[in-house]
Amino acid sequence: MNLEVKIAGVTFKNPIILASGCCGFGQEYDKFYPMEALGGLSLKGLTPNERQGNPPPRVAETPSGMLNSVGLQNPGIDAFLERELPNLAGRDTVKIANAAGATVEEYAYMAQRLDASPIDMIEANISCPNVKQGGAAFGTDCSMAAQVVTAMRKNTTKPLMVKLSPNVTDIVSIAKSVEDAGADAISLINTLLGMRIDISTRRPVLHQNVGGLSGPAVFPIALRMVWQVAGAVKIPVVGLGGIAKWQDVIEMMIAGAKAVQIGAALFGDPFTPVKILEGIQQWMEQKGISDINDIIGSVQPY
Amino acid sequence: MAYLQGSFPIIQKQQFNSDTYSFYIRCPEMAAQTVPGQFVNLKIPGFSLRRPISVCQRDDEVLRLVFQIRGEGTKELAALEPGMKADLLGPLGNGFPQLPPKAKVILAGGGIGVPPLLALAQVYGRNATALLGFRNKESLILEGEFAAECDTRVATDDGSFGYHGFVTGLLERRLSEGPADMIFACGPLAMLKGIADIAEKNQIPCKVSVEERMACGIGACLVCACRTVRDGKEIYSHVCTDGPVFDSREVVL
Repeated sequence: MNLEVKIAGVTFKNPIILASGCCGFGQEYDKFYPMEALGGLSLKGLTPNERQGNPPPRVAETPSGMLNSVGLQNPGIDAFLERELPNLAGRDTVKIANAAGATVEEYAYMAQRLDASPIDMIEANISCPNVKQGGAAFGTDCSMAAQVVTAMRKNTTKPLMVKLSPNVTDIVSIAKSVEDAGADAISLINTLLGMRIDISTRRPVLHQNVGGLSGPAVFPIALRMVWQVAGAVKIPVVGLGGIAKWQDVIEMMIAGAKAVQIGAALFGDPFTPVKILEGIQQWMEQKGISDINDIIGSVQPY
Repeated sequence: MAYLQGSFPIIQKQQFNSDTYSFYIRCPEMAAQTVPGQFVNLKIPGFSLRRPISVCQRDDEVLRLVFQIRGEGTKELAALEPGMKADLLGPLGNGFPQLPPKAKVILAGGGIGVPPLLALAQVYGRNATALLGFRNKESLILEGEFAAECDTRVATDDGSFGYHGFVTGLLERRLSEGPADMIFACGPLAMLKGIADIAEKNQIPCKVSVEERMACGIGACLVCACRTVRDGKEIYSHVCTDGPVFDSREVVL
C-alpha cells in the first residue's frame, strides 16, 4: 500500500503534516509518538526578530472549534536556526519552516536565511490574522501576495509553499497570483476571523477582541476552497482547516489536496494524526485502493 | 518524561456547595508521576478545548481534582458521575518546588485556588500554616481536611466565618508570630499580588500558581501567555510548561 506523496519535489512518506502554530518546533508531540510517524511538520511561524505575541487571553472555545490570537510569538529566525532546528537534525520527517514578515523585504530576508538552512521546504505565511502589520494584509490582495512570493522566490531555490487566508472574496484569484509569481505549492486555509463576547462582562473573550477560528466548524469552508483552488492551479495543494478524523482527510484529498495538515484537533486528542493514518489504511484496504495518489482530485462534481 | 493520556474511571464524586466538586480518578501510572502543583488537561465531551485543572491530592493510584463551575465546559464536567470515565492528559506543568519536610511553609489560598495547596499540607504537616480565604461561609471548602494536616486559619470577605478580611491580613498576622522559609500561594490575581508584596517586604521566597485560558497544555500552541520578567526583560512565558508555578518575583501580577 502506498501512502507516499510528492509535493514540489519533496517526498512525504504519508500525506499527514502537523499544521504551523499547533506543533511548536516539533518536540512536544514527539513525546506522545515519534515524529517519524508523520509525513511532515510545519513548524511555528517565524519572523526576522523575536516576537512576544499578543496579551492573553489568546484562546476561546467556540461551537465545534476555537479562536486563537497568539500573534506569531516566536524566538526569531536566528534563535530558530541556532537552537531549534538542530534538534530536528536526522529526524526522518519533512521539516517545513513557516515564515512571516511585516514587509515584503522581511519576507525576502526570511527566504534568504532559510535558503541556507537544512529546512526541506518553506511555507510563506501571508495569512496570519493576528498581527497588525503584514500577515493577512498580504494574503488578501492579489498584487501584494504576488510581490511577497516574487521577492521570496528570488532568494531561495527551496520548495516554496504559500499559505492562503480564507478571509477573501475570491480565493481562486489569490491562488493564481501566487502561482504566477513562482510558488511551488499552496496550502489553505489559515484561520477565519471570528469573535466571542462574555455576556456577563460585555468584554470580548480574546484580548485582541478578534482572532482566528479553526476546528471542525471551518472544515466545509476549507474543503470548498481547496476544491476551487485545486481545480484552478497546476501546482499541488495542501488542504487544512478543521480536519479531525480520517474521513476528513479522504474528503480533502478527493477534493484535490495532495496532502493535509492537522492543527486544532491535536489539542483535543494528541494522537489524532496516528489514528487518522490507521483509519486511512483500513479504508484503502477495504476499498482495494493500493495508492493514495489515486484518490487525489477524484471528486465527481455535479 | 512522556506525557500520558487516556480515559480513566471516576471512582468518587463529592459536591461541596452549589458550584464546587471533587472527583477521585483512578489512573495509577499518571498518579504515580504527579507532584503537588501539577495539573491535568481534561477533555469534556462536546467541547474542543480541554480544561486545565490542578491536582488537589494524589496517591499511587488516584488523583483528586477539585474544580468550580466557571462556564459551559465545567458545567458539563460536573455532570459526570462515578463509574463514568474522564479523559485526562497529564501530568502537566512544573509543580511546587520541594523543600525539606521540616521547612516552615505558609500555604496561602483563595477560593478555588485552595485545592492545589492540600497536597502540600500533607507533605509539610504541622510545619505548614494554611491561610485560606473565601467569599463567605457558604463557599468554604476543604477547611476540615487542611485542619487535619496542619495549622489552618480561615478568612472570609464578609466575616461570616473565621477572620473578617482577606488572606493578606492572615498572612501579616502569621508573620508577626515568626519567620517562614517559603510561601506557596494560589488564588485570584489581586490576592496573589498582595501576598507577593508582603513576601517581598519580609524577604520570604514566594511561589505562586497562576491560571490562564489554555489549549494544548504541553507548550505547543503558546496560547496560555503569562507576563514574566527574565534577565530584566519582560516576556510572555507560558503557564502550561513554564508554570503553573512561578516565582513571585518573576511573574508580573
